[in-house]
Amino acid sequence: MKLSYYPGCSLEGTALDYDHSVRAICRKLGIDLVEIPDWNCCGASSAHMTDHETGMRLPIRNLLLAVAAGHDILVPCAACFQRLKAADKALREDPGFWDVGDYQPDFKILHISSFLAQPEILAAMEAKVARNLAGLPIACYYGCLSLRNPRITDAANWERPETLERITTALGARPVAWSHKTECCSGSLTMARPDIAEKLVGDIVSAAVRGGAAAMVTDCPMCQANVESRQSTGIGAPAMPVFFITELLDAAMTGTYPSKQQKLHLVSSGVLSNIFRDAVMKKEESV
Amino acid sequence: MDKTCISPDDRNEKFLRKLKARNIDVQACYQCGRCSSGCPIGDFFDLNVMEVVRLAGYGQEDKLLHSHTIWLCAACETCATRCPNEIEIAGLMDVLRELALRRGIAPAEPRIPLFHQSFLGSIRSWGRAWEIGMIANYKVKSGDLAGDMKLGLSMFLKGKLKLVPHGIKGTAEIKEIFSGKGKEYDR
Repeated sequence: MKLSYYPGCSLEGTALDYDHSVRAICRKLGIDLVEIPDWNCCGASSAHMTDHETGMRLPIRNLLLAVAAGHDILVPCAACFQRLKAADKALREDPGFWDVGDYQPDFKILHISSFLAQPEILAAMEAKVARNLAGLPIACYYGCLSLRNPRITDAANWERPETLERITTALGARPVAWSHKTECCSGSLTMARPDIAEKLVGDIVSAAVRGGAAAMVTDCPMCQANVESRQSTGIGAPAMPVFFITELLDAAMTGTYPSKQQKLHLVSSGVLSNIFRDAVMKKEESV
Repeated sequence: MDKTCISPDDRNEKFLRKLKARNIDVQACYQCGRCSSGCPIGDFFDLNVMEVVRLAGYGQEDKLLHSHTIWLCAACETCATRCPNEIEIAGLMDVLRELALRRGIAPAEPRIPLFHQSFLGSIRSWGRAWEIGMIANYKVKSGDLAGDMKLGLSMFLKGKLKLVPHGIKGTAEIKEIFSGKGKEYDR
C-alpha cells in the first residue's frame, strides 16, 4: 500500500520521535509512505485564527502538491489533519474562489488512529506484537482537532471516539473509562497563557487518575507536549506520561523500548519501560 | 452581563454581511447555552460564548472586538460541534480576531496575538515552523523573557528543538500567500 505522507512541522521538532515511530510501524506493516515533496506548514491554529485567506491558502498548497501523487494522505498531527480537511472541503466547494482551476481528487485525508484502527490493519498489527503491554491501564486522549468539528473532520464518533481504545487493546493494554478524552488542553494558548493551560491540563490529568490510568496515550503532538509539560510538579502530584500511539505500537511490535526513547519524555516513562524491563528479566530467569 | 441598551441604530450592517458571506448564521441562535456550558475556557472569558453569538446577531462589533474572549478562545470547536443549529461559532471567533487586527484595536490579551504573529513570521520566512526562532521572537516581542525558561532548556537538552530552520523550495509561493493573495477583492 502506498500513501502520501504529510508529517507537519511538529514532527520535525518537538515530536520528532512521533515521526520516527510512524515511519517505523508503517515499514513493518508494508505501508510505503511517500512524503509530499516540499510541503509547507498548514498554518495551524495561528493562521486560521487571525487570517482566513492565509489559513486556507497554506494547506491548499499542500493539497495541490498531493494531487500529483494521487494517493490517500496520511496525517499524524491532529491540527494538520483538521486544516487539510478544511481546505479540501473549501476547494471542492468552490475551487475558483481559491484560484484553482479544477479540483476533484479521489484521495482521502486520513488521520493516523482512524487509519490504524481499521480491522485489517488492526489484525496485521496484532499479529506482529512481540511483547504485549501487560494490561497497562491507559487513558486514551484525543483532544480536539482530529474530531471537531465533524462538519470539517468527518469524524464518525466525535464525542466518544474509540479508535485509540481499539489499538491499545490490540497491544494488550487496558484502556480505562474516563471523562476527559475529547477535552481541550488549550495547546494554542500554552505559551501566552500558561496559567490556563495548567488548569486545563490539571483537570485532564486528574480525570485520567480518577479513571485509574497509569499513563495516557494520544495521536496529537500538541496534546502530548502540552499535557506532559503543564502538569503540576508539586510533591505527591502524580506524574502522568503521555505516549504517542505509534510509540506504543513500535515498542510492542519490536519488543523493546529503547532508553533513548524513554528519556524524551518530560515526566517519567517508567510505567512503560518497567513492562519491557520485567519482560527481559523474566526471559533471563527462564534461561 | 450588565444591563445593556442596544439600539438597532448601532447595528453594524457590514459586519453582518461579512458573517453572511462566511456562512456564519448567528441569527439562528435561540440561546440554548450549550456553547457556553461546554466551553473549556469559559471560566476565563469576560463575555460567554452565547453572549458573543447574541451580540454578533445584534451587529455589536465594537463590544466584541474589545473583549478578552475573542483572544482566549482556543479554537477547540466544542461550541460549533454541539450547537443544535450548527452555527459556526469558532468561525465567528476567527472573523472577530481578524477584524480586531485589521482595525488595529489594542487586544485585551496582547500576548496571544503576539504569539500568533511570531508563529506566522516563522512560516513566512521558512515555509515551515521553526520553534527556536519563533519562541525567541515571541519572547522579545512580549517581554516575557523569564517564562518557561526551564521547560525550554529541558526540551532543548532532549533534542526536541532543532537548531537550524528548514527552508522549503517554494518560499516564493509562501511569501505570495502572506502578501495578501486573494484579499485584492476583499472589501
